Amino acid sequence: MKRWIAFWNILAKDVRTYYLKPPNVSWGIIFPLAWTGMFFIKSGSGLESILAILPGVVAVSILFGTTSMLAVTVTFEKKNRSFERLLLAPIPLELLMIAKTGGAIAFGVVNAFVPVAMAAFFVDLSGVAWGVFLSSVCMIAVVSTFLGLFIAVAASEVFEAQTFSNFFRFPMIFLCGLFFPIDQLPLFVKPLAYVLPLTYGADLLHGAVHGGHHMPFSLDFFILGLFCATLFAASLWNIRRRWIV
Amino acid sequence: MKEAIFVDNLVKRFESVTAVAGVSFSVRQGERFGFLGPNGAGKTTTINLLTGLARPDAGTIRIGGIPCTDKPGAGQHLIGVVPDESNLYPELSGFDNLCFCGALYGLEKRQRVRRAHNLLEAFGLTPAADRKFGGYSKGMKRKLTIAAGIIHRPAILFLDEPTTGIDVASARKVRQLIAELNRTGTTIFLTTHYIEEAQRLCDRIAFIVDGHIVAIDTVDHLLQPIQQTHVLLIACTDAPSGILNHLSEAFPRLGFTIPRLGQIRVESATPVGVGPLVRFLEDRGAEVAEARRVRPSLEEVFVRITGVEADAMGREKITRKGSS
Repeated sequence: MKRWIAFWNILAKDVRTYYLKPPNVSWGIIFPLAWTGMFFIKSGSGLESILAILPGVVAVSILFGTTSMLAVTVTFEKKNRSFERLLLAPIPLELLMIAKTGGAIAFGVVNAFVPVAMAAFFVDLSGVAWGVFLSSVCMIAVVSTFLGLFIAVAASEVFEAQTFSNFFRFPMIFLCGLFFPIDQLPLFVKPLAYVLPLTYGADLLHGAVHGGHHMPFSLDFFILGLFCATLFAASLWNIRRRWIV
Repeated sequence: MKEAIFVDNLVKRFESVTAVAGVSFSVRQGERFGFLGPNGAGKTTTINLLTGLARPDAGTIRIGGIPCTDKPGAGQHLIGVVPDESNLYPELSGFDNLCFCGALYGLEKRQRVRRAHNLLEAFGLTPAADRKFGGYSKGMKRKLTIAAGIIHRPAILFLDEPTTGIDVASARKVRQLIAELNRTGTTIFLTTHYIEEAQRLCDRIAFIVDGHIVAIDTVDHLLQPIQQTHVLLIACTDAPSGILNHLSEAFPRLGFTIPRLGQIRVESATPVGVGPLVRFLEDRGAEVAEARRVRPSLEEVFVRITGVEADAMGREKITRKGSS
């Protein structure tokens, strides 16, 4: 049995059915645009502040782009029973879930480059460490997608998945050093920042864009990798426990 | 002949409810096996256990000789499943749904496109091939769901209530297709609440009630105990109260029941004379509209063994479908 055929078709079906739909395409452009504009105006500084804001906007674009889609591609399909058809297919659950999340990861990566493209019109991006930047974007997309998967699998309804997502997403904007340095956070919330995956992704992006990172890149990548593995394993465990009852 | 499905002492519990309580049976390769029972008897749970959508609490499952008890999906490459409710993608066209389902089983593009066209043709859905599945009528949805279950030509096909909710012509077409598939070697595992359908389609039938198999045999063997029974149905109105007692006193060798209002059912081990019965009823003021002999059917066997009225079973299912 050629598993790659099933893998590719699940991924392609999701991309065609969900990600390339006009509402999602416009969301992918308008959302980062709004965030960039908002933080730029709020900062009150000149064009040079764009480089400081860019990592945060990139991270938020990926986070929201990926997590919001999983509620549809997983929870909705489970609710209307079409996910059963995938569970009946003779492919390992691991491969099936990688196919189901592949579209969200790609969508997150594409979303990340919307603010980058906009920033390129106003500032010189020649100082960006593109290798680290691209790797960071990919890692953040993967970890955010798996976080979205973990939430989507735990929920029974689409609205539940979206509500749970917000419990994670909005605090992360403020706690993970995207726009406000972790050093300046109140002492009692600082430990919380270090148990959130986006802290390490944001550190990588700050390092790649303007050199302002606090941890070695290797440590950031290692911890993000651990988050990815843990969230994916926990999601699969939850599917086996709750869906193949 | 090799076994296609082997199940031994299968148990499945949902909290305090035991949905499947020690079910054992085996289905031979190429056989048409029917699973008949009222709503909530454990039919769908058994299918879910056999197809890898559920894990058993106890027992043994083998699909095509492959042990599937601990690895629920191990035999999935051998099976096709037609669930009781359509679960295809509403936003995809009929053609795309079939191609997608073929791809899930590793069919190459050319192969799945050809088979999708053939199946759309066979089910009379070619004109709707490019329409979204969400816009299909209930009957069309059912037909496409069946087509999706067989696009990869499975060795074993599980059909959960395949003809529920579709028109007579489509149901007939589906039954023909099931028979055709079986002729090409596909093992059929069918659940239905249409007793006639099971009788017509299946080589062997199991009756399941409250998670237990109460009878399992070939249709002929199940019918044997009642083959010698003679049954007469009398349709009459204005029968006086206590008529059954009067009849029993007057005809002690016959058995009388009232299956529904305005109908008296007469059972006997020897041929029943219609005339004396009709006269007896008319003398007591009843108006007899019809008296006809009926051949004992599988429905009789089912009602005797399970105690569940066949009509009630159908109504239950239709109510559930309508409310879901």
